[in-house]
Amino acid sequence: MFDFSIATKWLHELLLSWMPGWAVTTVECLLIGVALLAVYALLALFYIFYERKLCAWFQCRLGPNRVGPWGLLQVFADMFKILIKELIPIKGTDKFLFGLAPYLVIIASMLVFACLPWGNGLQLVDFNVGLFFMTAASSIGVLGILLAGWASNSKYTLIGAMRSGAQMISYELSIGLAMLTMVVMTGTMSVSGIVNAQADGWLIFKGHLPACIAFVIYLIAATAETNRGPFDLPEAEHELTAGYHTEYSGIHFGFFYLAEYLNLFIVSGIASLLFLGGWMPLHIPGWDGFNAVMDYIPSVVWFLGKAFFVSFIIIWFKWSFPRLRIDQMLTLEWKYLMPIGLFNLVLMTLVVMTGFHF
Amino acid sequence: MTSIQETISRLCPTATYEEGEILLVTVPDAQWHAVALALRDKLHFDTLAALFGVDRKETMGCMYYLNNSETNEMVSVRVDCPDRDDALLHSVADVWHVANFQEREAYDFYGIRFINHPDMRRMFLRNDWVGYPLRKDYDANPELNPIRLTDEEHEDDTFSIVEAADGTLHRIDGKVFAPDDYVVNIGPQHPSTHGVMRYRTAIDGETIKKVDVVSGYIHRGIEKLCEGMTYPQTLFFTDRMDYMSAHQNRHALCMCIEKALGIEVPRRAQVIRVMMDELMRISSHLLSYGCTTMDMGATTAFFYGFREREEILKIFEKTCGARMSLHYNVIGGVAKDLHPDFVEDVKRFCAAMPKHLKEYHKLYTGNVIAVGRMKGIGVLTKEDAISYAVTGPSGRASGVHCDCRKAHPYSIYNELDFNEVVDDNASGDSFMRYYLRLKEIEESVKILEQLVDNIPEGDICAKVPKIIKLPAGHWYQQVEASRGTFGVYIESDGGKNPLRMHFQSPCFNLVGVMDTCCRNYLIADLITIGATLDFVIPDIDR
Repeated sequence: MFDFSIATKWLHELLLSWMPGWAVTTVECLLIGVALLAVYALLALFYIFYERKLCAWFQCRLGPNRVGPWGLLQVFADMFKILIKELIPIKGTDKFLFGLAPYLVIIASMLVFACLPWGNGLQLVDFNVGLFFMTAASSIGVLGILLAGWASNSKYTLIGAMRSGAQMISYELSIGLAMLTMVVMTGTMSVSGIVNAQADGWLIFKGHLPACIAFVIYLIAATAETNRGPFDLPEAEHELTAGYHTEYSGIHFGFFYLAEYLNLFIVSGIASLLFLGGWMPLHIPGWDGFNAVMDYIPSVVWFLGKAFFVSFIIIWFKWSFPRLRIDQMLTLEWKYLMPIGLFNLVLMTLVVMTGFHF
Repeated sequence: MTSIQETISRLCPTATYEEGEILLVTVPDAQWHAVALALRDKLHFDTLAALFGVDRKETMGCMYYLNNSETNEMVSVRVDCPDRDDALLHSVADVWHVANFQEREAYDFYGIRFINHPDMRRMFLRNDWVGYPLRKDYDANPELNPIRLTDEEHEDDTFSIVEAADGTLHRIDGKVFAPDDYVVNIGPQHPSTHGVMRYRTAIDGETIKKVDVVSGYIHRGIEKLCEGMTYPQTLFFTDRMDYMSAHQNRHALCMCIEKALGIEVPRRAQVIRVMMDELMRISSHLLSYGCTTMDMGATTAFFYGFREREEILKIFEKTCGARMSLHYNVIGGVAKDLHPDFVEDVKRFCAAMPKHLKEYHKLYTGNVIAVGRMKGIGVLTKEDAISYAVTGPSGRASGVHCDCRKAHPYSIYNELDFNEVVDDNASGDSFMRYYLRLKEIEESVKILEQLVDNIPEGDICAKVPKIIKLPAGHWYQQVEASRGTFGVYIESDGGKNPLRMHFQSPCFNLVGVMDTCCRNYLIADLITIGATLDFVIPDIDR
């Protein structure tokens, strides 16, 4: 399997031969930043297209099909339109916080984005508490949403923000518990460590029952965490017109929109990291021929493929289920998901202690 | 009939009676409230089917149509204002709750103030409107009522005229909301109000404390326009009220005019009309299914409903030449003969529909979230449903047997075999309202299946005079529209134009229960309740 660290090392040494150490660091940071932004934007565009085509398929429609072949250029046209739209200043808003909110949301999503294991040796930040950092960084997003709702000085946005606060903080618990369950299994919080622990089989297979429970809890909580249907109460279109981002226009709205799609990718990426092996190909102990064939598929394809698969499930939720009501949503979290998650953590600990796993 | 007259005569010896299809009782205003109570409590006329003002130039007053919800007997009452310049009548809003909105409408159009009415605001027009447009002495000079570019002022102000024990009247001013209410505007531009409708909603957190319906954003003054038009011209408005009951509404108006002229409609036209009515009903309920599910966030179910509705629209398009404003019924019959494909298309549709319904139930009715969001939400009790004159599937979900096709059979409905879909447990919640609509589709398909092979040959339209003049008199005709009982009242003075034409729309009554249904539920429930009550705004803003 191709190791991307060969390429990055070669680039690093090439730069070192030309310029001093501090300049190399600066150039590398710039390159990485640009690459990150480009991938972020492209993935967002892909996700918008992906969701539109999928939802069209669920709804017996064709989806975008006029701009470019199979409507491929539609998303570019839409994004270009959002870029050139006017930023409408609203009377009575808190200007500073109103402007700050979309950046907080998108920065939170980018920070987590940077930690994902893209491929073999293709990871930007890798340190011993990677997973912990991810949860911490993703929590900044809710601050942006609360600020957006508050600073807009509108009743709809305020209700949306209140719902969002209640929802994201509640479901963070379940996400945390599901992650913790898998950390107990691997014994490390480092992203690369978790991926490497799955070289002989993905955690969802190795951890059997508790891992499957954690996976289901994670999927539900992640859907809620990204504010997507059936948990899209903060922006419940049919109740609050657009919830917390009702008053935003132009690229500020675009940031919320981008962050929402990218958060979908991020939670899918984390799901694939924790349960489906990250970039690790499907390995079955003992089947060496099969494993070798699987290794021929590039690691980036493995990672993206798994993330897209998990996203497909989440998108499927969204287009099939009606929206929950605020009390139902809180009941689901506090009365069902969290107790089950806690129980599952104990179960996983017992499984690991007794060595009753593959 | 005699018992009605005896009871009323005991209370009000000066009452006069006019026998007809529906007994007309004329009562002086002073005794009207007592007579109303007696009619409701002693004679069980518990539904106020219609209430509207009539200006007959020398006198002005209100007409009331009452229905007995058990025997479906009807009686009409005429009450004239003692003084037309200082028009006052006693309110019956405490006798029948539906009168609250209906009297506000009469106040809006005729300037009749109702004594003891709790909330005497205009219903449709702005509160700075000059004059009362449906009065015959109304000054339509546009300079009096220019297009105003500013917001309404004092929209929270209301007043009531209260009668003291000694008979003197006092005006008491008040406010709609308490000063510390947190009032959120839902509408007029909102995705889920299904049109230009506005609810001023007082909330506490997410809990609804009070809903104030602000209506009239698209009011077109159809009743006023009708007074200046010939009868065939008035037909074109009915398709623009409840556009999801276009056929039924027009059917009602045609029947009312035919009744006045004494025209016998050919059998073929009758069958075609009933088939079109039922197709329209199915299409309306499919749209309602779609919108209900979408309002709760299930967008895929919405498309499923629209997919089947499209087939009906295609059938309409082939025969009527239009998909929306169909203009198919005419006085004496129907406008055009059926398209040659009609029978085949309807058969195909009827065969496919049960399969699709099963799919709807699978996708939505059984969904745990959907059930949780609809079961027990927005409960309308049977008493309230009767008092608020809620008809159609919404009324039947509360256990009221209000299907006009059974209660007051018209056209050929009494020959057909179909069931009135009523929830006898009177659960009256959002789920039952939603569910009964899907059940009703099955019944409509049953009617279509009975008729599709038995469309008789013959004329599609009776002979009607070139110039239609109705004899002096008044007529009332009800039909079962998609959302409830739709009534047409025509009063003629013998000319080419009606003296008064009133359309009693079911949706106006439906929106009247929003406050009752929504209190103490959540904001999300307001949307669910609105969707399952399923009103169409142009039907409210006639």
